[in-house]
Amino acid sequence: MTKKILTLLFILIPINVNALIEVDITRGNLNPLPLAVSPLSIDEESRKGFEKILKKENIGYEISNIVENNLRISGLFNPLDKKAFLQAPDIANLKPRFEDWNLIKAQALITGKVNYIDDKLRVEFRLWDVLAAKEMMALAFTTVPNNWRRVGHIISDKIYERLTGEKGYFDTRIIYVSEEGPKTQRIKKLAIMDQDGANNKFLTLGNELVLTPRFNPASQMVTYLSYFKNMPRVYLLDIETGTQEVVGDFPGMTFAPRFSPDGKKIIMSLAKDGKSDIYTMDLENRIVEKITNHPSIDTSPSYSPDGKYITFNSDRSGYQQIYVMKNDGSDVKRISFGNGLYGTPVWSPRGDLIAFTKLHKGKFYIGVMRTDGSGERLLTENYYQEAPSWSPNGRVLIFYRETKTNSKGEGFSAKLWSIDLTGYNERQIKTPTDASDPSWSSLLSN
Amino acid sequence: MRLNKIFKNTLLVLAACLVLSACATKKEVATDIKGQMQGDVYTGTDTVEYLADGVPDRVFFATNESILTTASRETLRAQAAWLRKNPNINVVLEGHADERGTREYNLALGERRANAAKDYLMTYGISSDRITVLSYGKERPVDSGSNPLAWSKNRRSVTVKAN
Repeated sequence: MTKKILTLLFILIPINVNALIEVDITRGNLNPLPLAVSPLSIDEESRKGFEKILKKENIGYEISNIVENNLRISGLFNPLDKKAFLQAPDIANLKPRFEDWNLIKAQALITGKVNYIDDKLRVEFRLWDVLAAKEMMALAFTTVPNNWRRVGHIISDKIYERLTGEKGYFDTRIIYVSEEGPKTQRIKKLAIMDQDGANNKFLTLGNELVLTPRFNPASQMVTYLSYFKNMPRVYLLDIETGTQEVVGDFPGMTFAPRFSPDGKKIIMSLAKDGKSDIYTMDLENRIVEKITNHPSIDTSPSYSPDGKYITFNSDRSGYQQIYVMKNDGSDVKRISFGNGLYGTPVWSPRGDLIAFTKLHKGKFYIGVMRTDGSGERLLTENYYQEAPSWSPNGRVLIFYRETKTNSKGEGFSAKLWSIDLTGYNERQIKTPTDASDPSWSSLLSN
Repeated sequence: MRLNKIFKNTLLVLAACLVLSACATKKEVATDIKGQMQGDVYTGTDTVEYLADGVPDRVFFATNESILTTASRETLRAQAAWLRKNPNINVVLEGHADERGTREYNLALGERRANAAKDYLMTYGISSDRITVLSYGKERPVDSGSNPLAWSKNRRSVTVKAN
């Protein structure tokens, strides 16, 4: 499942049609675009070939289901019930009868074909504008059969991009902390899964407490906090090889790690003598720099996408608030001034917003504000929730939410949720165990 | 340096007194939940264990605070006396926070609480070589309840024998 083995042959058949369909993703979309995802057609020989290797009866259906599911969970599209489709998949892919698709109110149609050629999976798909009766896009991929889920995600990204004008976020993974056991003795493991919850895998055994994993935006490396040997320290993990190493040699607890946008530095906090300051360490030359120097708690640092600024959390005013400074620690400015406490600031990959957790009058909120602190907008309110992480296109936030226990202290749960920047489309992301501290990867393929 | 530290602690103590007296005048002695909390701070003994006879192992804190209360200072003086009598024993001070705060901030807050206890032990003659500070943030609550009493039990620094 690495980038390397996914050999994508893009056979681009370019078409220049002025699309009539436009999906506006900047507003809350209460009328998702109705579209039809026709199952990818497959000849009997290919079907049998894939059934043998992948143990899936019809890989064409499976891939189209992935696309359909992705488009549905984006909240921007309404994939129509396949039972209403009048045209067979193979004929539709050759030449759709637009009147038929119009009849079931589909505004866009996705068709395609799967072939088993030389032990490879070849998938072509087409996106059609039903009202304009025109093809909008046609692409083909060839890859190893095991990559079939990723092909579904890449197709979803292409469709999303073509219809919204923005990059998608489906060919991505989520790293998170899996939680089990009683609240007073939680067993925590690092886990990783595809953005849609498939391919869940545990990366640590649960022998020591692990917290706050974060992806390197430039590679498949992860940084996280581990209590290995009861010494809470920031670690690096290479997901491909499983290699782990402690980051730097610090005289106290290091925590709250994140990568710089170029992936070359780790920024984190060091807690010592009752105060926490922010440090960076260059992963190549191992040079450590102290960025803040204040008797307060300075933590949860996050770089701006151009790497020039850092947002962080400090209680130097007396309570937890959000600050922005230059990347050398100069020019510190407080940006949160609303009622309540503010934590976990994280800079949007688009650069224009900072997402945060807010605590006010016993409720927790996930919200966003501009990088100067103006335009604060709260997206969701709950008993407990925190730690937003941005989708790589900056349109969706994933976070975790915990439930209140009953009078006997029972009923605790922790789950992952996502919400659109618009404040709409709030969804739980299913995980095999309880889950917290999610971090969204960059797009695996661009 | 050392004078400085003592001075700092005196200030902390003064601050604690001020905070306490401020609370007291505001709402009489705010005792609630079956007399187990004073203001925001746990005063019960449910979760307390003992390092030795008369030496409680933990101190409690108000929400978002790391100031030592009068009772906490008494507990820590007892711990310091016990440590002076047992010069071969080293300790880990485990700092904790309640669940009503963001994870990373709470890790820092747990460290600050354990350090407040450490500083106080040091002013009573315990060498810093004998003390390790370890923060668990909100990761290891003793009470899994979602109510003010449970949270007050969880905001704590626990002194644990290291050897």
